[in-house]
Amino acid sequence: MIRVQREAFDVGREIAALTAGNTRIGGVASFVGLVRDLGGLRSMTLEHYAGMTERQLEKIDAEAHRRWPLEASLIVHRYGRLEPGEPIVLTITASAHRQAAFDSCNFLMDWLKTEAPFWKREEGADGERWVAARTDDDEARERWRETG
Amino acid sequence: MKILYFAWLRDKAGMSECDVSPPPGIATVGQLIDWLAAGDDRQAEVFADRSVVRFAVNQDFAEADTPVGPGDEVAFFPPVTGG
Repeated sequence: MIRVQREAFDVGREIAALTAGNTRIGGVASFVGLVRDLGGLRSMTLEHYAGMTERQLEKIDAEAHRRWPLEASLIVHRYGRLEPGEPIVLTITASAHRQAAFDSCNFLMDWLKTEAPFWKREEGADGERWVAARTDDDEARERWRETG
Repeated sequence: MKILYFAWLRDKAGMSECDVSPPPGIATVGQLIDWLAAGDDRQAEVFADRSVVRFAVNQDFAEADTPVGPGDEVAFFPPVTGG
């Protein structure tokens, strides 16, 4: 499942809702991305391409299910104006075994970093600037490339 | 054809979207970019450094040789920075 929303999310509630009633699940992995302030950040505004964002997140989610034996998964990504410390993104994966949950959760984040159409603009004391893409995000995405 | 701009490409374009009717012969994203960039100074500025412009056709990532035609939604944006 995927959701794109302005509002904050509650990790505990999301995990409980995702796993309720499914006793085949033996492990749940989750990742929460936060707005980081390394000095002087007032806020961060996330813009996205409504429509394409949902399509891309659905594809990323489906790809995780194709690669790992998942019982359930969830991607929640926020948009709009966020302040330092606020959660931006949540990925949860649930499987019978922990390794599939860990690996697929990592995969979801690496893929959405380069495949989901979001753009961050930072507001600091000296004005606003668009965040530049990171090459190590591309490298992180590449390590999941299937060979053969 | 609907054109969308995001992030700082939108700032450069001075608008978030517009409708265009390219002449016959504009059949790919690459040709569309050439045609838009030749149109006016703002568009020329948007596409000044094409190495940092990514695009999507009908909400899927596209390449310069991806076909485009009437009724398509073509979006231009910088490399994504979500997550």
